[in-house]
Amino acid sequence: MLKFVARRLSVMALTALVLTFVVFFLTNLQPNLEKLARSEGSVRMTDDAVDSWIIKNGHGGSSLYRYSEWLGVTPGWTFTDEKGKTHGRCIRGDLTVETAPTRCGILQGNWGYSTSFKKPVLEVVGRAIGATGWLMLGVMLVMVPTSLLLGVWAGMREGSRTDRVLSTVAIASTATPEYVSGVILVALLASPATGLSPLLASWGWIDGRTLFLGTATSAMDNITFWNFTLPVMTIALYGIGYIARMTRASMTEVMTQQYIRTARLKGASFRQVVLRHALRNALIAPFTVIMLQFPWLLNGVVIVETLFNYKGFGWTLVWAAGNNDIELLLGCSVVAVFVVLVTQLMSDIGYVFLNPRIRMA
Amino acid sequence: MTDTLSWGAILLLMAQQFWPVWIALVVTFVLSISFKRHLGLYGKLFDSPVGMVGFALVMFWVYTAFFAGMIMTQDPLGQLGSVKNPLPGTPILDPKPGQYAWYLLGGDHLSRDVFSRMVMGARQVLIIAPAATTFAFIVGVTLGLPAGYFGGKLDTGLSFLANLVLAFPVILLFYLLVTPEIRDTGIPIYLAAVLFLFPIIFFSVLFNARYFTSPRKRNLYVGLTLVLGLWAYSGLAFNMDPLGIWGMEPNLLNVFVSVVFVNAPTVFRIVRGIVLDLKARDYVAAGQTRGEGAWYIMLWEILPNARGPLIVDYCLRIGYTTILLGTLGFFGLGVTPESPDWGSTINAGRKLLSIVPHPAIVPAVALMSLVLGLNLLADGLREESLKD
Repeated sequence: MLKFVARRLSVMALTALVLTFVVFFLTNLQPNLEKLARSEGSVRMTDDAVDSWIIKNGHGGSSLYRYSEWLGVTPGWTFTDEKGKTHGRCIRGDLTVETAPTRCGILQGNWGYSTSFKKPVLEVVGRAIGATGWLMLGVMLVMVPTSLLLGVWAGMREGSRTDRVLSTVAIASTATPEYVSGVILVALLASPATGLSPLLASWGWIDGRTLFLGTATSAMDNITFWNFTLPVMTIALYGIGYIARMTRASMTEVMTQQYIRTARLKGASFRQVVLRHALRNALIAPFTVIMLQFPWLLNGVVIVETLFNYKGFGWTLVWAAGNNDIELLLGCSVVAVFVVLVTQLMSDIGYVFLNPRIRMA
Repeated sequence: MTDTLSWGAILLLMAQQFWPVWIALVVTFVLSISFKRHLGLYGKLFDSPVGMVGFALVMFWVYTAFFAGMIMTQDPLGQLGSVKNPLPGTPILDPKPGQYAWYLLGGDHLSRDVFSRMVMGARQVLIIAPAATTFAFIVGVTLGLPAGYFGGKLDTGLSFLANLVLAFPVILLFYLLVTPEIRDTGIPIYLAAVLFLFPIIFFSVLFNARYFTSPRKRNLYVGLTLVLGLWAYSGLAFNMDPLGIWGMEPNLLNVFVSVVFVNAPTVFRIVRGIVLDLKARDYVAAGQTRGEGAWYIMLWEILPNARGPLIVDYCLRIGYTTILLGTLGFFGLGVTPESPDWGSTINAGRKLLSIVPHPAIVPAVALMSLVLGLNLLADGLREESLKD
């Protein structure tokens, strides 16, 4: 077991290194740097001025070397201008040439500086992750129980009418990407002009003009049922169908096993068979699927946060990409890659723990 | 001045507008159902109600894309008046003679016809999505077969690469790969140069393995593949087709390459898994004893036997690619602003969503029904292919 985890961890570290390098390379392409020079320096810079700005600000040289600087394994760049003043990667704030550390990369906890927020990247990303954490929590609380329940219910009696109906619902929900379900939900539930809200308002069943709020900006300060339901539902809907189908498949397989028949012949009630014999074995596969859904949720988060204007992680990623905020985008990518890799590892290890049939040598 | 249409009238006029699609659908279904016993897996599809519904939905959009020119009521890019977001059924202000008199499903913020844009958007989606999926499949199959069959270092290396791509959140990858800046660096062209090589390799190896024993046939088929393939390759990847028939806009190439790049690793993993399972079968061992080449066994013994799950996944993956293309449009990546594709139309319409929902709802429902159709079709195919 330990050897297995160690091997997985080393592959993961290698993957993380390669991935962050690819992101670094793609965000620090020459055209991006030129754009950065023009937005940080002045728009009317000549091409020569742009080139010298790039070198002066430590973006010259090979991307592999700059990557290792960013990582913090090689000393940060320094540049002494004509007046003899030295500035460099690590010389920030109160630090001078003498007091500044030689290495300051992501390993030393320096994530860089966001050019569009004018704040350290760590602060921006930290705040964004906090906001997204609440969203994820809401999604998990809705998605996991609902989908497991639907899946088990449908898989209990394969081919029954309940099964057919639930399976079709699950297919429909996986066929509806977030940007479609979000749009439909808003038009149906959060528009004062169309859908259910005007009807409910005229009957006097709801106080405000709409049943739910179509934006989640106010949820940044204060999460309420009114402003948070639609974003959570939009992300959860897409995942529910997928997890429910996996659970159903696993449940139907378990229900055909010998030990289920034995339990039935023993005289156990159907209820008991499902709850005591089938359920535990049927939930192994969905566990992996739920874990592997995290990268998927990340996609959903980006779309939904953009759609509902909720300033979390996904919104920040889109903002950073749109505003050519290189260090912020890098920071977001590191977090995204980290989340994906950790969930992969957790699903692998969890699968081994949960499934008695797999023994790692 | 014509009157505003009621919802009943709108639906009726829309149904009327789709007449070529109805005829084509009826013909398809009558022919398929009457000959279903002779049509293999395709024929069996008509035994499953779910599969039939899915097939009908998919074919509806395929025929819509095909007959888009006849179905459209207005110019999808033309601004027809000064009214912003006219409601469904609104008459057009002073129509020219011969012009359709209404906005069937309303207009958008530039008073372009929503119905015509939706119809035209179907054509865009249904050209790119199946083509990109096919490319991704060829790349995945060409790499997945040897990885599963030979195993060893090749497998380890390729699997590592595939996992690398899969560990990227898709949207992040799109934000990095589909930008105007990256087109300046030429990276999409390098990617295209690598990815577009795979179909040529695949078909050359395919024919070479099959006709290895009769050199004349082999030379003919492989030669034809190489000539046609390299001709298309020069045009599609480098935009240097000497005859100017093959070509792709840089925008489109960028989107296409990124979508193939995202999909190929998943296909690779599926193919590799199937091959690992199938290579222990007796017919593979029999082939090996007969002295058949490794590529012959992979391409002509294992691949045909893996077709069931691959066809099912192909249907699902076209749907997934449609969603991806919509995502790209939704974030305004790699599309021209006036493009009628569904994703960017949804994005344009969402700004006024709570006041006038129709410009966003119409393409949203269209996209949903197409993907739903593909998923139902895949489900029907899976059920029927498991029966034998």
